[in-house]
Amino acid sequence: MGKPYTVKQMLVSMASGDTQPSDWTQHSLGIIENTDDKIGAFLQVNGEQALQRAHQLDDQAAHWRASLSTTGATTQGLFGIPYALKDNMCTKGMGTTAASQILANYIPPYSATVAEKLTQANGVMLGKTNLDEFAMGSSTEHSAFQKTHNPYNLNRVPGGSSGGSAAAVAAGMVPFALGSDTGGSIRQPAAFCGVVGLKPTYGRVSRFGLIAFASSLDQIGPLTQTVEDAALVLQYISGPDPLDSTSAPTVTEDFTRLLTGEVKGLRIGIVRDISAVGMDPQVMTAVDKAVAVLAGAGAQVVDVALPHSAYAVASYYLVAPAEASSNLARYDGVRYGRRVEGETLLDMYERTRSEGFGMEVKRRIMIGTYALSSGYYDAYYKRAQQMRTLIRQDFDEAFQKCDVIAMPTTPSPAFAFEEKSANPLQLYLDDIFTVPANLAGLPGINVPCGMSNEGLPMGLQLLGKAFDESTLLQVAHGYEQLRGFTMPSPHGLEG
Amino acid sequence: MKISEDVVRHVARLARLAVCDEEVHGLASQLSDILEYAEQLQQVDLTGVAPTSHPFPLKNVLRTDVPRPGLPREVLLANAPDDDGEQIRVPAVLEG
Repeated sequence: MGKPYTVKQMLVSMASGDTQPSDWTQHSLGIIENTDDKIGAFLQVNGEQALQRAHQLDDQAAHWRASLSTTGATTQGLFGIPYALKDNMCTKGMGTTAASQILANYIPPYSATVAEKLTQANGVMLGKTNLDEFAMGSSTEHSAFQKTHNPYNLNRVPGGSSGGSAAAVAAGMVPFALGSDTGGSIRQPAAFCGVVGLKPTYGRVSRFGLIAFASSLDQIGPLTQTVEDAALVLQYISGPDPLDSTSAPTVTEDFTRLLTGEVKGLRIGIVRDISAVGMDPQVMTAVDKAVAVLAGAGAQVVDVALPHSAYAVASYYLVAPAEASSNLARYDGVRYGRRVEGETLLDMYERTRSEGFGMEVKRRIMIGTYALSSGYYDAYYKRAQQMRTLIRQDFDEAFQKCDVIAMPTTPSPAFAFEEKSANPLQLYLDDIFTVPANLAGLPGINVPCGMSNEGLPMGLQLLGKAFDESTLLQVAHGYEQLRGFTMPSPHGLEG
Repeated sequence: MKISEDVVRHVARLARLAVCDEEVHGLASQLSDILEYAEQLQQVDLTGVAPTSHPFPLKNVLRTDVPRPGLPREVLLANAPDDDGEQIRVPAVLEG
């Protein structure tokens, strides 16, 4: 299998007239057909509709090329680019399940703002990808429908919850896919599958039409082959939305403008007081090496402290389930989704929810309900929110001294199926590096930083200041240019 | 915090989840583990720290009040598990 094409390469090829949109849609559909029976990234592929759309764009290609030559731009929009959406983003007239039995037959009457924006940018949507049910999990094993396999080793998980999107991009089925990140659900699967995954600042991208998990933490972002592609996609999905009152009043900017490869003089913060149980020394070494690469190119490395990060997982696993228990109260079998009949209304609610939700979702609803219940609210939920304030303040202080913070994305590379399903708490603890950014609302990105001895990708995580994705992308891109290796193609599919 | 099986049953009722004995047993130990881990938040002095419910202070976000069409009834009823063509049908709410 050759190196997958990037968004940029496809755009450049179409701009020169060598290829047209339907070529790329066919290319993508061909790879999906040849590989997805082994990977299981997609819950739904809409080939016919996608090809139809691509052929429409073929007819507009000459016009599009002419507009490029008048403006002098090398790319414009995401013209003819095939992509996939995580199946917790609503698509009008096309099933959206959140990988849950309770929504197995749900067909949204409207589309998420991100889906509308990508349509306006002339992208071609190929289908919907697998996830942990309601985005709760970090292995995609909690999908009610199917397993997704890591393209680098089919016996390993792809990470989660955006595991389908990460695997689809890693295997070259699509040049980009959208995921959602509540506690690491874009960055962690990106690390496991060896791709770039960007969680934008909270409020940068509209959440309208994203099936809510924890509303104060959820954020949509792209998974791509390169940092440049992530910047390109972000440009077309971001911006304020009257349909999401938590979207930030920002002006759309060109997120690729600082991608010069230059990192000289930028300050990279490293954190010595954050540690994980079961930290794989290979990952730590790879991250240290990545920081050294940036330093070698003139970046300045400074020590920063995040003293309350030790409490981030505790805070997160109260705040997120509390919000989830409230958000998921709407699945009661009344207005949409699955209903299991019962003698009384209460009976119907309970049966519907018990049969419709999987175990991990039930567990989180239970934690959240407990943490919000009378007598425990102050001890759990309120304290978790107070800790959230201290974690935010730690970052405020750290960013006085640096422009971005570098740390691992995950304590270890991808684990085997069922390896971590016996003890939910142990798996939660692995989120130590990703949850702080969600609690503080900050942007974060995973960039592949090497391969482990077992041949699995490892990830460098960079965190940026609120609404400063441009600098974050600049450093990520600089590292990607300087790192001195290219990621090997996914070998899980060889032979 | 040790969570008893009775507490699990009570919380499940609050969350409108029917749980079988086997699930109650598993949840009691898993919830105990998770909440015991969260106990560490009790050890930190949080006096006077304001809680964060939202990462950024956005206040009074209003859009222009322009009337626009909502979704038609038949479109919304299309997803309803049971309806009579005009309304959603549910089991009796009031007894007698």
